[in-house]
Amino acid sequence: MQAFTKHTGTVAPLERVNVDTDQIIPKQFLKSIKRTGFGDYLFDGWRFVDEGDLGMTPNERQLNHDFVLNQPAYQGASILLARDNFGCGSSREHAVWALQEFGFCVVLAPSFADIFYGNCFKNGLLPVVLNEREIDQLFHDCGQGYSLTVDLERQQVETSAGAIFNFQIDQGLKEKMLKGLDDISMTLAERALIESFEAKHRQSQPWLFLREE
Amino acid sequence: MAARTLYDKIWDAHLVGARKDGNSLIYIDLQLLHEVTSPQAFEGLTLNKRPLWRVDANLATPDHNVPTDQRELGMAGITDTIALQQVTALDDNCKSFGVEQFEILDPRQGIVHVVGPEQGATLPGMTIVCGDSHTSTHGAFAALAQGVGTSEVEHVMATQCLVQNKAKNYAVEVNGELSPGVYAKDLILAIIARLGTAGATGHTIEYRGSTIRALSMEARMTLCNMSIEAGARAGLVAVDQTTLDYVKGRPFAPSGDQWEAAQTYWRTLVSDADAIFDNTLQLRAEDIPPQVSWGTSPEQVAGIDEVVPDPGQFTDPVQVESAGHALKYMDLPAGKAIKDIYLDQIFIGSCTNARIEDLRAVAAIVRGKKLAANIKQALIVPGSGLVKAQAEAEGLAQIFVDAGFSWRAAGCSMCLAMNPDKLGPKEHCASTSNRNFEGRQGHAGRTHLVSPAMAAGAAIAGHFVDVREWL
Ligand code: SF4
Repeated sequence: MQAFTKHTGTVAPLERVNVDTDQIIPKQFLKSIKRTGFGDYLFDGWRFVDEGDLGMTPNERQLNHDFVLNQPAYQGASILLARDNFGCGSSREHAVWALQEFGFCVVLAPSFADIFYGNCFKNGLLPVVLNEREIDQLFHDCGQGYSLTVDLERQQVETSAGAIFNFQIDQGLKEKMLKGLDDISMTLAERALIESFEAKHRQSQPWLFLREE
Repeated sequence: MAARTLYDKIWDAHLVGARKDGNSLIYIDLQLLHEVTSPQAFEGLTLNKRPLWRVDANLATPDHNVPTDQRELGMAGITDTIALQQVTALDDNCKSFGVEQFEILDPRQGIVHVVGPEQGATLPGMTIVCGDSHTSTHGAFAALAQGVGTSEVEHVMATQCLVQNKAKNYAVEVNGELSPGVYAKDLILAIIARLGTAGATGHTIEYRGSTIRALSMEARMTLCNMSIEAGARAGLVAVDQTTLDYVKGRPFAPSGDQWEAAQTYWRTLVSDADAIFDNTLQLRAEDIPPQVSWGTSPEQVAGIDEVVPDPGQFTDPVQVESAGHALKYMDLPAGKAIKDIYLDQIFIGSCTNARIEDLRAVAAIVRGKKLAANIKQALIVPGSGLVKAQAEAEGLAQIFVDAGFSWRAAGCSMCLAMNPDKLGPKEHCASTSNRNFEGRQGHAGRTHLVSPAMAAGAAIAGHFVDVREWL
């Protein structure tokens, strides 16, 4: 996984609450057996007027010019400004892959749904929780070319005017992001611990191991 | 030891170790796999040359995008080439990793969350994961069952563990008797309406109270299924005789001495009397009428006697905005009576409501009647091949067909419309599934979440009716 330390980029505001993962990447795109190729279909139902399907390229599609990500002001944005409960609904990790492939590195919101939040850290997309007032202010200030710097080490979001918002983050998740660590290797480093737990577990609840050969 | 909740007990029994960052390593007893969220995980293992930690702790079946008609064709019946690629990938991966699979033509194939309990693969006190958010279904068995993302699927495959911080405890207590014609589905919709879709974020819900104790296992599964729709990580119901009676004798369940030892342990899987919950919600069962969702979020529901609300009546500006959006999408005016909502399609199925009891409830309503003329299509999709066989043996399937329903083979079908079963744009559907999100059942389709009996009544009347009056 790519490490995340500090990122400066322009911001796109998505003025909707409860944006669910079905909106982020509609289900017809989940048929792929790959981890890539989802960026073209990010927010497909909102970005395009026609109904999309896997394999279609954006050039052959009908753009919804009203949708914020299609507006010239927000082209190339890498920070998504969002509202409450972002990423709710289905557990599909494809939502995170799609956001990243589209070019987002950070999502700012007052709250995130649990599974989505966790999935972000497995892929190096940084979800940042700011309070409602701060998010309101960012929505208010956001416009063409509005940029922010997100510094994970210092847990700060800095505006180009120099205002600073601090954010909280789980220290374990922070470490992992900063170093770009791979979860599985981290856990396999504790192999002995898992094996000894498993041996005890097999003894106390043998019926959980009935299919073992 | 301090008093513990049921969740605390299962957690403690699976705690491999605590990390200094505050997270814990939790041992996972069972991973259910399906074709949509597993290929990238298997790919990850292969790329990194990692084996499955415990082959026997995995069970797979294709469900999300298998077609529900012409099942006898098997793989050849999958006309969508990309869907075919996914189902084939599951087959290949299961073969090369040695994972037990109920493949497309196996009579035990079905929706993972129907299949696990049906086979006794789901057992009380287990930790279960699946790359699907409705894994919470298995909480009906006092199993800590959670939906995970694809990276976590791979993590569990490789390590048999999940890295997690502990959730908080939420008690949802329901007492009293549900009225005839009111089901677990109505109950959970009413609960979500009160909690909100993020109300239980960061919590595990335990459903408690006399109403819950009186529910069958199938009804408990319906209830736990939608815990995620209130933002919860998982839902749980404590073990009682109903749980044990259901599990006993199932193919994967322990028997003989093992059964005795297991059930002795399972009986301890209840919250201690003085256990403390971080949050509590209380409801009276008598107060709950049949529910119908009018919006695009599972919290946007009303009783059958109510009207579509005016967005302005909500106090929270967020709710005002989202109700406004929803009504526009659903093309419903505020003030319209729920009973005056006409339907184009009916979908009875999904891991929420596609078990035999659900189908019996439908049959009781539609027996000897015909679909209303305005209903273009009415699908009944059993949750598994075995549910299908049983419904046919009981004569339910014939009742459905006689009434004009299309009787299908097992799968997720129009719950998420990844297979050919879909709503057309702007069509209204009475659906027994769990999500009414925009486009969930087809591009620009409009979903109303209801119980199987309510969907059945709507199929016959052409619009929503109060099924309490039909019994
Ligand atoms: S029936 Fe629907 S909710 Fe259940 S597993 Fe299938 S797609 Fe998911």
